[in-house]
Amino acid sequence: MALLSVRDLQVDFTTRNGRVTAVNRISFDVESGKITAIIGESGSGKSVCCYSLLGLLPTPPASVEHGTAHFEGRDLLAMSEAQLREIRGRDIAMIFQDPMTCLNPYMTIGEQLIEPLVYHRKVSKAAARERALELLGEVGLRDPAATIDQYPHQFSGGMRQRVMIAMALINEPKLLIADEPTTALDVTIQAQILALVAELQRKRNIGVIFISHDLSVVADIADEIVVMEKGHLVERGDRAAIFERAEHPYTRKLLDAIPAGSKAPSSEVRDDLITVNHLCTWFGQGRGREPLRAVDDVSFTIQRGEVLGLVGESGSGKSTIGRSLLRLVPVTSGEVLFDGTDVTALEGVALKQMRRRMQMIFQDPYASLNPRMSVYDTLAEPLLLHGIESRKTVEQGVLKLMDDVGLARAFVRKYPHEFSGGQRQRIAIGRALATRPEFVVADEPVSALDVTIQAQILELMLELGREYGLTMLFVSHDLAVVRHIADRILVLFKGKVVEQGTGETLFERPQQEYTRQLLQSIPGRALLA
Amino acid sequence: MTTDAHSEVLTAEQGTSLWKDAWRRLRKNRLALFGLWVLLLFVIIALLTPWLAPYAHDAQNLDMGATPPSAAHWLGTDIFGRDLLTQIMYGGRISLAVGFVATAVALVIGVTWGAVAGYVGGRVDAVMMRLVDILYALPFMIFIVLLMVVFGRNLLLLFLAIGAVEWLTMARIMRGQVQSLRQQEFVEAAISLGLSPATIVRRHLVPNALGPIIVYTTLTIPSVMLLEAFLSFLGLGVQPPATSWGLLISYGAETMEEYPWLLIFPGAALTLTLFALNFLGDGLRDALDVRGSGD
Repeated sequence: MALLSVRDLQVDFTTRNGRVTAVNRISFDVESGKITAIIGESGSGKSVCCYSLLGLLPTPPASVEHGTAHFEGRDLLAMSEAQLREIRGRDIAMIFQDPMTCLNPYMTIGEQLIEPLVYHRKVSKAAARERALELLGEVGLRDPAATIDQYPHQFSGGMRQRVMIAMALINEPKLLIADEPTTALDVTIQAQILALVAELQRKRNIGVIFISHDLSVVADIADEIVVMEKGHLVERGDRAAIFERAEHPYTRKLLDAIPAGSKAPSSEVRDDLITVNHLCTWFGQGRGREPLRAVDDVSFTIQRGEVLGLVGESGSGKSTIGRSLLRLVPVTSGEVLFDGTDVTALEGVALKQMRRRMQMIFQDPYASLNPRMSVYDTLAEPLLLHGIESRKTVEQGVLKLMDDVGLARAFVRKYPHEFSGGQRQRIAIGRALATRPEFVVADEPVSALDVTIQAQILELMLELGREYGLTMLFVSHDLAVVRHIADRILVLFKGKVVEQGTGETLFERPQQEYTRQLLQSIPGRALLA
Repeated sequence: MTTDAHSEVLTAEQGTSLWKDAWRRLRKNRLALFGLWVLLLFVIIALLTPWLAPYAHDAQNLDMGATPPSAAHWLGTDIFGRDLLTQIMYGGRISLAVGFVATAVALVIGVTWGAVAGYVGGRVDAVMMRLVDILYALPFMIFIVLLMVVFGRNLLLLFLAIGAVEWLTMARIMRGQVQSLRQQEFVEAAISLGLSPATIVRRHLVPNALGPIIVYTTLTIPSVMLLEAFLSFLGLGVQPPATSWGLLISYGAETMEEYPWLLIFPGAALTLTLFALNFLGDGLRDALDVRGSGD
């Protein structure tokens, strides 16, 4: 018998505009010792489905309308809150996307680990601490004895996620629900966490529900895959069936959205638009401390019309390079020649004019748009500022931009919160293009988006790049994405360029150990190759 | 739809700004509208008091003394036989003026000061905020008394003095808001568009910081009115025969056991104003938040 068996689950939300069915008659099983992946875009109901099982949804507005969920023979949906509390954290544990917001910053990780053990198992504090140390070792924390009394901010994102996993496992749960546990992490860290989850699950013979928007993430670890679209279960099958013989068009769309292949590099010889010589950007860390060398003696060129990919983990300085070129952070030394002019020396009017020629597209389309400005105001601002349109013609300019980035004109008066992530990123792209720039820095423009949306935005950027004749610096931690869009790729490690070349040469013949490591971290490599 | 149809839609709504949108949303909020109308009514009455008041503001009838509400004196009279309704109307002129003017002074100085300190940061911020700290530390009474001694007693000075004290908290709130907002990517985007710092503060930072500012403003107006009462009570504010709500309330409180109406009616006028302000303030905050109730 299955460990968890969900039948005909339906969850509705009551909203201002009436009832919305978020999960529509879903049935699936989770077996002990197997990983069941639930895949879908945001809004597909994949998280709602799992949260409703544990009574974690606020009711109202949510309500479970129908269905059963038998866990070891008992129906979770029929349990009282008190009974559920017994099961949550003890028999069923969860790990979440953002480990920082799930850990209490004012408690050491040791205290947080021991708490559920003392609460659920009534063991002594000393015994609980022993157990916690053992588990921290098991999830791969170096030197648990030294780190158990540290606070969450002293750990990196990957380490925090390991702590979260230890916390989830401390009560020996039979079922682990992982909600996008690697989405906020770098590729290399993601690979480690995925391997850890798979290993722990095998060793302990527990069932795992792994929620993700990205099929490639689960390509190496999932036994069963459930694909959801708009609250419906559209396809279910084992891993091989989904990856090799997917039948539903939506599953195929998800598979197609996984970026693959290298862009064929252009053979044309063009002049250099941007030349970066010995760029250093250091951040002071207070008196008497060594400055943080975010960018350390980096030199490269970008040809006119070229897309240069910049790849590295968080902390490698890749975003800082982009911001240095645009004068958004002060440069410590070195020069950035834009069409022959040293950008780092510009001030006042000259700087303002230069800003018109180079623009930025940011990572988080939720933070990069002013929440109190409508699409119209957001797009009209740069047009008017640089005198590209007059007060009389600005309206046409705004509508033209909306057409270019594929936003319906009827949305012109709407505010950012009324749009989805992909639409917001289109607005942000429109704003960047408004000044008719020659050069655009795109800082992880698709990493906050669902895979299918990611593919659309990448397509849009390539298309607009051609249309506007843009030169682009494309910053990303995701090698597969960069390979898809960039003519040439720079690999960055700790503020230095370690390797550069075309996508094909890097992928086929990586010279450096670090590049090789990055390549091996790409999830689902074996299946997708 | 065709392109032309779309541009018509756009033209029809041309000029929609944050404030126009806010007004549209505010109109749907009945409580806030009630607050707005009450305040407007009070302001109009205050402006027209010399013509509307049933008696002259200094008319006394010492023989009559304090009488409860009657047909001749709707709200009764005080111990000097002065008509209470007249007193409240004249008092409202002072109280509302002090409340609005002093708060406006505080708002303008505080928001500007806080926004500049928060946006520029570094040494400028440190100097500006230390100045705020110093003014905070200065005993308020001494400050006012000094001003009165140097410049003499003057209503305008009273407004300025109160405003000059109330802006400190406003500046701190604004600075905190701006400091967290300026980290956001949309500010970086504005910089890379080439906008000047002044424009960034005005267009991108201030509108996003309005929520807490408005709430604090609606709290400041009543506290300023009470502060004026306190100062007048000490003999530093308005003096009889001129009066204010605060003054009427403090006299009323002294005699509330014998003549309760002398406390009840001025108190009701102040309370109603405060209610109206709070409703309007909450409504404004929601109306200015574009993420609020969908249209």
